[in-house]
Amino acid sequence: MRKLKFHPSGNFNEYYAQELTIFETDFGRVSLIVGLMALFAIVPLVLSPYMLYIVNMIGIASIAAIGLNILIGYTGQISLGHGAFFGVGAYAAAILATSLGMPFIVAVPAAGVITALVGMIFGIPSGRLKGLYLTIATLAGQFIIEYVLVHWESLTKGTMGINLPAATLFGLELFSDRSFFFVIFISLVIMVLMAVNLMRTKYGRAFIAIRDNDRAAEGMGIPIFRYKLLAFAISSFYAGCAGGLWAFYMRSITTEPFNLNLSIEYIAMVIIGGMGNIAGSIFGAVFITFLNEGLRWGTDILINLGTFSSAALTMAPLREFVFGLAIVLFILFEPRGLAEVWRIVRSSFRLWPFSY
Amino acid sequence: MEKTLLQLNNISVVYSDVIQVLKGVSLAVEKNHIVSLIGSNGAGKTTTLKAISGLLKPENGKVTDGTIIYEARTVQNQSPETITRLGIIQVLEGRQPFKYLTIEENLRVGTATKWGEPYKKDLDIVYHYFPALIPRRKSLAGYCSGGELQMLVMGRALMAHPKLLLLDEPSLGLAPLVVKEIFRIIKRINEEQGSTIILVEQNARMALQIAHYGYVMENGKIVMEGRATELAANPDIKEFYLGMGVSGDMKSYKDVKSYKRRKRWL
Amino acid sequence: MDFFLQLLINGLCLGFLYGLSAMGFVMIFKSSSVLNFAHGELIALGAFLFLALVTWAGIPIPISFLLTLAVCFCFGFIVERFFLRPLIGEPLIFVIMLTVGLASMFKGLMLLIWGGNLHTYPDILPASLAIQLGPVTIPPVYIASLVIGLIFLSLFGLFFKYSSQGIYMRSVADNQRAALSLGVHVKRVFALSWAIASLVAGMSGIVLGIINGINVHNLSGIGLKVFPVVILGGLDSIGGAIIGGLIIGLLESFTGGYISTSLSEVVPFIVLVFILLIKPYGLFGLVEIERV
Ligand SMILES: Nc1ncnc2c1ncn2[C@@H]1O[C@H](COP(=O)(O)OP(=O)(O)OP(=O)(O)O)[C@@H](O)[C@H]1O
Ligand SMILES: [Mg+2]
Repeated sequence: MRKLKFHPSGNFNEYYAQELTIFETDFGRVSLIVGLMALFAIVPLVLSPYMLYIVNMIGIASIAAIGLNILIGYTGQISLGHGAFFGVGAYAAAILATSLGMPFIVAVPAAGVITALVGMIFGIPSGRLKGLYLTIATLAGQFIIEYVLVHWESLTKGTMGINLPAATLFGLELFSDRSFFFVIFISLVIMVLMAVNLMRTKYGRAFIAIRDNDRAAEGMGIPIFRYKLLAFAISSFYAGCAGGLWAFYMRSITTEPFNLNLSIEYIAMVIIGGMGNIAGSIFGAVFITFLNEGLRWGTDILINLGTFSSAALTMAPLREFVFGLAIVLFILFEPRGLAEVWRIVRSSFRLWPFSY
Repeated sequence: MEKTLLQLNNISVVYSDVIQVLKGVSLAVEKNHIVSLIGSNGAGKTTTLKAISGLLKPENGKVTDGTIIYEARTVQNQSPETITRLGIIQVLEGRQPFKYLTIEENLRVGTATKWGEPYKKDLDIVYHYFPALIPRRKSLAGYCSGGELQMLVMGRALMAHPKLLLLDEPSLGLAPLVVKEIFRIIKRINEEQGSTIILVEQNARMALQIAHYGYVMENGKIVMEGRATELAANPDIKEFYLGMGVSGDMKSYKDVKSYKRRKRWL
Repeated sequence: MDFFLQLLINGLCLGFLYGLSAMGFVMIFKSSSVLNFAHGELIALGAFLFLALVTWAGIPIPISFLLTLAVCFCFGFIVERFFLRPLIGEPLIFVIMLTVGLASMFKGLMLLIWGGNLHTYPDILPASLAIQLGPVTIPPVYIASLVIGLIFLSLFGLFFKYSSQGIYMRSVADNQRAALSLGVHVKRVFALSWAIASLVAGMSGIVLGIINGINVHNLSGIGLKVFPVVILGGLDSIGGAIIGGLIIGLLESFTGGYISTSLSEVVPFIVLVFILLIKPYGLFGLVEIERV
């Protein structure tokens, strides 16, 4: 048997492969597997349907946020159209399922691919330029996509929205929150594995090189246009898949949710969770989803108490304000996000009581 | 020691917390002197100047050890805004004009340390030293020749009436006649304006001709110092920086020995 | 024909204001390379401050106007000082996301205070100011906006061309290292460009508010339209911003008049994508002077 790995007291790696390893210790690997088993075995049984709904939303948001993190955190490009791309995925899945009768398991990845292609339309013109032109192009993408979703009525049924058939998987109809829980979280695990491993390949390293210094990256022979575009396509693919899942989960979609605010929400997830950290995206999704629910709950209470009339205290502006504030505070005070906070907490536990 | 304007005591400079470039550099500059600093590429000359002028900070560099004393106050790791207002102005390597500003506007940026004071007289002084700039005063600096630009950036620095002027390779890429002209003007500025000058040069011969004192730098250390005339006569300097054989005559390619003479100080 | 003229005048006026507000945006970009996504919120802030001063505090209009501008100027300073300055030296992406966060924050705050409804100013300008141009009347607000805009434009032109501070600002935009070496207060320049940008934004907010009514969503949306404007004009060209603004304004006005209003909202962004495709550095971007 191979020797168990424990936390070293310094960095003693001798090979690059050691640096690349995902788990520093066997304890980490085991605890992750145990944690995952617990997640799948216990959570769906003990949670109320409402809580399960929230957990499912977190799962979907995590997938989208990981996609955005590949772009922002690893490649150093900002997308302000992630919400719209999420919408493209949702609509693609809905249209594929209703018009073509495509089964769930094909429709969702197909939605991801379509979204990636749509993303390219905005990525190609801006990718040629150095600097943050992609950000501006994605902003345009956000508005153009919103417009197309509403006005291409023959395809999207405009403001009417689309109703989806129930998703079926291996002959089973997915009706309950619980059955969707499994689908969403298995997808999440797959997407996380893909993202983590992507970052260990030459592609991932090229993304990081572009983020750190695009000129130097170009000098080292990285074709930055192609890689920037690839990162953008991958990020859109994640958004599309998440959107597709969301559409099947919601069963009925309209154009409304996919606005700029949603895009900013995803940016908030990435920043709050931790840029350039896959696990961080999940933290960010958890944080933002709970913040959302917390705000909804808080405003409900205030309205019920009668301190504010419902007209004076509407949810949306408060949410915008709080998200903005969270982004600003995290950038100013903990730019590496919750992932860093988590690391600090964890290592202080590990070192306790002999932390130097 | 009252005549000393600037003193570097054993300073070390580190970039990005890891790249140590200067390893204990000490030098002293007397008032009204021209001090020239020579050394091979990458020796750390520019870094030394930046340590003095405070321009290390924006490049993520830091003086980690030692002190820089200017007019009896320690100035290491101060911001460039502070240091320029004490009268230390650096003329950057590679000229760096403001391309989209006219010559005259470029010169006016030189008044930044004395914002609000009249500057017309200063302009006249600069034009007096660099009459070649007069016909071009309204044209964009981006379209000027290298010689004009060198005059421009030196004139720009002169606008601030520096007590200590740091010149980084003013002869870079200029024709020999222009180089001569530039060095003549440096000498005049030193004599007429009373500016103390630190002159970093690859053109060691010219630099040592106008300087009073010289330092030789290698690998982040000062390896030799002395009066300029003494340095110019030193056989090692002659061989490695002036390109002459020990005997003093110009070295031709066929005289190069098959083994390389060791630099004695390394 | 009358309709056409009306649309033309409408578009020119709107475009001029777009151009003016884009100018502030370009100023920040040129001095510090920051894309300011909170520009629309600065515009909206100006409009609402003026509203508050005029209707709630009942301060006479000219004084309110100047007061609003002064407050906007200070606000720009404060934003730079407390939010942007701590990030000097950090990767640009943090700074830009910070402005995204600020935008969301300011917008939420304004919505909480003023709500999402349309407000209007009391009638400010006497109708006698209107100009009859053949069959079309040019409403007084257009005249006023043109006059105010031109005054601002020439004041800024003079400021940047002749004043020392203006020249320092341009020097920082041109070569920051060289500016530092000469003792230019680069941080002060950043702060000043935020302050001026915020002032100009506030001014265009007031005028846009007079023309279209005051609504948080609309005004902050105009802040995002500076992107098509500056991409069209070249990200770093102040003159280009004005021309880009005019083009976008006309385009929007004619699309709105002849095709559909909802399309007119996205048409600037469609143009943006096309410009990126065919002429990426804008129609009027600075010709890079390469020789040294
Ligand atoms: N910003 C920086 N970050 C990291 N290293 C730097 C930086 N600037 C300079 N260096 C390194 O410091 C060393 C000395 O550089 P410096 O520019 O001071 O040399 P120099 O003597 O002026 O050379 P030259 O004659 O070529 O101008 C070089 O090895 C260079 O690579
Ligand atoms: Mg040098």
